[in-house]
This record gives sequence, C-alpha cells and structure tokens, in this order.
Amino acid sequence: MREPMRYDVIVVGAGVAGLVAAVRAAEGGARVLVLAKGVGATHLAPGTVDVLGYADGHRVQRPLDELPDFIGAHPGHPYVMVGAEEIEAALKWLQARVAAGPLPGYRYVGSPGENLLLPTAVGALKPSALAPASVAAGDLRDGGRLALVTIGQLRDFFPALAAAALAQVDGVQARAIELPLRAAARNDLNALGLAERFEDVVFRESVAAALHGRLEDDERVGFPAALGLQDPDGVWSDLQERLGRPVFEIPTLPPSVPGIRLFGILRAALRRAGGRIVVGGEVTGVEAERAHVRAVRAHVAAREQRHSTDWLVLATGGFASGGLEMDSRWQVHEPVLGLPVTGVPDPGAPRFTPRYFDDHPLARAGIATDAYQRPVAPSGERLYENVLVAGAALAGAAPWREKSGDGISVATGYRAGGQILEQVTPAAGGSQTTVSTEA
Amino acid sequence: MQTTHSPAVDGVLGDLVRGSLDHCVKCTICETYCPFSKATPLFPGPKYSGPQAERFRIGDEPQPDASVDYCSSCGICTQVCPQGVKIAEINTRAKARLHRERGIKLRDRIIARPTVLGRLGTPVAPLANYTLTSRPLRIVAERVLGVHRDAAVPRFAGRTFHGWARSHSSPPGTRTVAFFHNCGTDYYEPDVGEKAVAVLEHNGLHVEIPKQGCCGLPLQSNGLFDDARAYVRRLTGALAPYARAGHDIVGPATSCTLMLKREALEILGMEDEEDVRVVSERTYDITEYLLAMHDRGELKTDFRPLPQRLAYHAPCQQQGHNIGKPALDLFALIPELEVVEMDHGCCGIAGTYGLKSEKYEISMKVGDGLFRQIGAARPDVVGCDSETCRWHIEHATGVPSEHPVSVLHRAYGLA
Repeated sequence: MREPMRYDVIVVGAGVAGLVAAVRAAEGGARVLVLAKGVGATHLAPGTVDVLGYADGHRVQRPLDELPDFIGAHPGHPYVMVGAEEIEAALKWLQARVAAGPLPGYRYVGSPGENLLLPTAVGALKPSALAPASVAAGDLRDGGRLALVTIGQLRDFFPALAAAALAQVDGVQARAIELPLRAAARNDLNALGLAERFEDVVFRESVAAALHGRLEDDERVGFPAALGLQDPDGVWSDLQERLGRPVFEIPTLPPSVPGIRLFGILRAALRRAGGRIVVGGEVTGVEAERAHVRAVRAHVAAREQRHSTDWLVLATGGFASGGLEMDSRWQVHEPVLGLPVTGVPDPGAPRFTPRYFDDHPLARAGIATDAYQRPVAPSGERLYENVLVAGAALAGAAPWREKSGDGISVATGYRAGGQILEQVTPAAGGSQTTVSTEA
Repeated sequence: MQTTHSPAVDGVLGDLVRGSLDHCVKCTICETYCPFSKATPLFPGPKYSGPQAERFRIGDEPQPDASVDYCSSCGICTQVCPQGVKIAEINTRAKARLHRERGIKLRDRIIARPTVLGRLGTPVAPLANYTLTSRPLRIVAERVLGVHRDAAVPRFAGRTFHGWARSHSSPPGTRTVAFFHNCGTDYYEPDVGEKAVAVLEHNGLHVEIPKQGCCGLPLQSNGLFDDARAYVRRLTGALAPYARAGHDIVGPATSCTLMLKREALEILGMEDEEDVRVVSERTYDITEYLLAMHDRGELKTDFRPLPQRLAYHAPCQQQGHNIGKPALDLFALIPELEVVEMDHGCCGIAGTYGLKSEKYEISMKVGDGLFRQIGAARPDVVGCDSETCRWHIEHATGVPSEHPVSVLHRAYGLA
C-alpha cells in the first residue's frame, strides 16, 4: 500500500473482550477494524458470563456485594480499575445486545447481583452471573430433580458422570438417560452437529417420542448445550412444550454451541454498526511514534498491510490464545507490541503448583496497566497513550480459579470501547522517530 | 523399510507449513467451520486429516487412509485456526501425494487444464456448448469420465478476452497496473474482464494486459503439482517485469489471485523463485485494490442509483486473502443498492471438486444452507467474486450471479 488505510480504532483479537470493545466503539460512531489471527475463545468457553464465582476459598453468592472486599484483597486485579458499577453496566449492555441480536427470542438472564448455580458437564456447580435463558433454566440454587438426557452418538457428553456427581449435592436428585437415536450418518457427532439436528422438527419429535413415559412429573430435563444454532429459543421452547416440563442446556466440551451463538451475535452487532472484521489476518507488528501507536501491520496473503489508527485495543488473550507467549527459555513476552509481562516468577522459582486448581505462581501473569487500561512498565511509567488492554491479556487475575474470566472480558472490553468514545484525542507531541516492534 | 525424504514439496516454507501442526491444541474450531465434514461422513474433518494424520505421513510410506481426498482445499480451516496451523495447506499437499501414489484420473487431468479446454472449445463454441448441455452426452461424459451429469459447467463465449485485449488500447493514466485475467475470464466470461478493465480505466488507471496463461490452481487442486509449478513459472514470468517496474497486478478471479499471492508459495513450495515472489507481493484482488483506492480517496464515486436487491456471497478463497469483504464496502457506495450479506459459508463447488461424479452430491449438500439463505433473501442478483462459485450458485438457485466489478461497472453507467 502506498498510503495507509485509516481507522479510529483497531482491535486485535476477536474473543469476548475484543468484540465487546469493538461493538461499543462502533456503535458510538468510531470507524473500527477487528483483526484476529483466528476465531477466538468464544468457541471453546461455555458462553456464560462468570463475574466472580469464588473468592479466597469460598463460593460467592452475591458478586457485587463481595466485590469491595475482593478488590481490597487483590490490589492488582482488573476489577480494581473497573469497579462494580461498570461491571453492572457492562453486563446490562451485553444483555441488550443479545436481545437485539439476530437470534429471535434468545436472551441472557441473571445479574452480577446474585449468581446462578449451573450444573456443568461433569456435574459440578458453577456460579455464573449471566447465562442464556436456556442454560439458566438449569439453576440449582433451590435444588430439584433432574433428568440428564443425551443422544448416544454424541461423544462429548456423559450424563451418567454428571448425574452421579450432582446426586451428591444436597437437595438435588439427578439421573441419566441415554437415547439410542441415530442423529447423523457419521459416528463422531459433536455438539455442533447435534445442534444442527435439533433445528429439525422431525428430530425433535423423535427425541420427544423416545422420552415419552420416561420422565417424572417434577423433573427438569437437561440436554447438552446443543439445542439449535439458528433459532435456539424456538428449539428450546418447542422441546419444553413437547415434553411438558422445563428443559435446560448444559454447556459441554468444545465446540461450544452457546459460545458460537454469542460470537455470532457480537459479530452481527459489529457489522450492523459498520465495523469491519478480518479473521485470519495476524498482526505482525506496530509502528509507533514515542508513546503513540500510529499503525498496525497485519499479515495478508502475500504481504503485510499497514492500517493507520488512532487507538489500539489489545484483546489478544492469555497464554492459551497466544496473547502471551512463553519460549523454550521460559521467557515470557507479548507478541503484538512487545509489552512487558508482569507477574512472571523469577528464573528458577516454581511457575506451577502440582494441583490444577491451586493458585499457580504464573497464573496472574499478564500486562500491567494504569487505571485507564493503558499498558505500563514495571516502573509504573505509561508505555502507550493510545493503547488499551482488555480481557485475558491483563495481569492480576486467576480467572479459572475465581470464575471471573468472562466478567473481566466483558467489563474491560466495554470500558475500553467507552473510554475511546469519551476521550478527546490524546495530547499531541513526541518526535517523528518511528519505532517498530517485530513479532 | 528404508525411507527417503519426499523431494516433491519441501523447502523452508514447506517445512514451516508442516511444522505448524505442532501448534494444534485440538480445539475443534476448524471442525466447527469445515463445510465438507458437515456434509459427508466420508471426510472426517480438517483436524483429523490435517495435524493428526500428518504425523503418520512419513517419508515414502504409502498412506493407508484416503479420506483426505474429500477435503476440497477451500482453506476455511486455516483462516479460522487461532493457533496458526496451516491445516488446508497440509491437507492439499497430502491429497496431492495420495493422488501421486494412487494415480491421477484422466478426468482430473482434463478438468485441471482450463486453458487447453478453452483453446479447444472456443473455435467450436456452439458445438462444444451443445455437448455440455446435451443430456445424453452428459450421461456419456459421466460414465466415461466421471464428470457429474448435473454439475454446472460454463459455456464457451466463442470469443476470448485475450483476443479483445489485443485490440484494446488503454488510455494513459495516473498509474499503470497489469491486468491478470484468469482462464474463466478468457474463455467463458470475457465480459467480466472487459468490465474490470473499464472500471480501472474509469478510475484513472492505465491498464496493461500482458500475454498470459493459467495460474495452475486446478492442477494443484488435482494433485498435479509439477504441472502446476510449470504453469506458475510461465505466468509469473509474464507478470514479473510489471511487478519489477513497480506496477501492481490486479485480477478479478479471487482464487487465481490468491494462488499467485500465497498458495504457489506455501503449497507448491515456490517461495525461492524470484519471479513468483515479486509477483506475489504485487498482486491484488480487484475489490481489494478498488477499496484501497477508495481509502486513499482515489476512487470515483460517481455511481448512479442501482435500485436492486443484491445478495453478496464471499467465496472461501476470497476470505483466504485475509482482507475481510471489500466488496461490501464498495457496494455501500452505490445509491439504492440493497445488499444482503450471505454468511452461511461455502457454496460447495470448490473449483473442480463439485464437478466430480462422486462429489457432486456432497457439493450440493455443502451449498444447501447458502442456497436457502439466497432463496430467503429474494435477491435480483447474487454478487460473488469467483467464477466457479457463480456458476454453481446460478445452477443451484436459478438466481443470476455477477462479479462485484460487473455491479460496479453498471453503477458507474459504463455499460
């Protein structure tokens, strides 16, 4: 390109944090481009929004009530800069986007005021603030009787395992039913393939027929989260009607059908707001003048393309998504801007502990920021004026332990988008020296 | 057993492509987006056939599992992979090796050579077109060759784009571009090439049309890598002088421009060939080029209202350019044009895949969701950047399909 393409905001990463930031900025009138190496973690996560499920060893019932204590105890946590009010606003905003999305009747219920208690595919109870209504219908705060149903061909959901674990919870009775229906020609059916089958009314009829006479009156019926992709609310309602009792979805192994729905909803919102998205275009580096990123370089098929931008939102995720990388010499780095990664144990010190759900020394590694989500050096000095970090790339959280990952992503993405809309152009200045960071 | 390293495709880039399989974390995102494994149990999916099976493809040992043949090389898996695994490239190379091991069908050798077919068919276009539309002859062709009787095949135009180009004199412009016309434009749709040139010239560009041939993509798709390389060499030899002189190369056929940009390097392993490299860096898909001009304020926007409803389908290969959907941004400049974006994914044809008798039904099933989405949108026309996709979509839906540049041509009032 001889001259650059120009954007108000470039968001790197197409997970929840990136898409939320992009949609909010685009809806506010900014010209937005999302660049992502591939499809994001939405397709792997259950599609619920967990704001705070566990704090210091106990299960959280009311996240907003506990947030002040939690923030006090975790000074480097992303929630410190976001605060309860913004979390609440961000979740409401997300609910409105889902309700206005392309899936008729599909909606997210719940609030950060009180957690739902949702059964997982292995029969654990997961505290979530928001969930699709069809998932939230499995809420076990008041216990209940569950019949967990699956189609034998699905290899990724074992209701007997879930039922055995749930049956040990006070006030919960659970049993498993495996239907020997042949849903597809292939043997290795996954949740996505099953979701497509559930779109077919004839298939739903056959499921209802196979369950006829096998359910107790006060049982709720749990299915793997595969109740449709194009019209999930229609599929859910139809099954409830046919079975004459409440039906709910349990998120299971990837591909995550509720997560794919959420991705579709946010992508549609972005397009409606005039934003562009390029999946498969990996960012290879940026050009900066002093503390301002001026352009982003992305790999297109044969070459690099340069996109000028006023703002950059870094929403590339943590280690699992490649937003943070550790090399064979145990050096940790951030590949887009080369930002310093904080929270990495010293050489020789243990990075992990033996038990998976323990607090691992490396767990809170990430990008440190100022209160406005701008990246800072270990000295506290601001590195870029027009870069905001959102989501799992941020330092200070242990999301899978806290059950806070999506809450952080929604809240920091929402806040990043909002700040860009609010802020006047950052103060000009700095030399014309061009600094490049290479991936 | 003694094993030797296969010399067919390697090189540093080739090793990197294969080595990328180690980044696979089995997250299933490629399976989620693969249009072909959804449509047929004969294809177990990109993850299984790609990063998993590739580990067992060692040296010259024969491949025991032929299921990768049902991969269409549409490339969607590579685009969506969040870990950077070159799944489609691995599978295309595995497919080629499988074909070499098991012998390449006469049919595949024929349909992989559109220039040869074009040269044979053009002078006798009425007769050739009769052959292609005659039911009894198509049944014979299916039995003898294995080209499905119902598959959409194009009609010979009876004239060629390169013939038109010889007598066309492009006015001087602010800048010179070299026009890369593909075989489909040359023999079947010369009007698409003529309109593309008119649109470029309308925007002040001087268009040079060098003598050129096929990019080799159909050969590559059918496992004839050596022949494909020879075609790429010839074509890039013709285009490289323009690239070296600082001229951009612009083409309307999105899969062919992608072949020059990337696939010849990553799949055919030609990254060390100087002509290929310079051409690849200078090649643009025409919508990409026009949108970049618009972003620089260089595109004329004197569009007339086009009161039509257009369904836009971005072909898989267009998505492989990693440039988003420039056609949508260009359409947005046309007054009164109502555009509905199709987002169902692949139409199913995948170049020559859907022509094959054993794959036609799969191809129709892959496209079913798109065809229904098009039907529901009730468009006057389907916009689509790839000629084989357009033919397949017209065949399946009965809705006429146009290249985006033809739509721009009408909106400029150049007709």
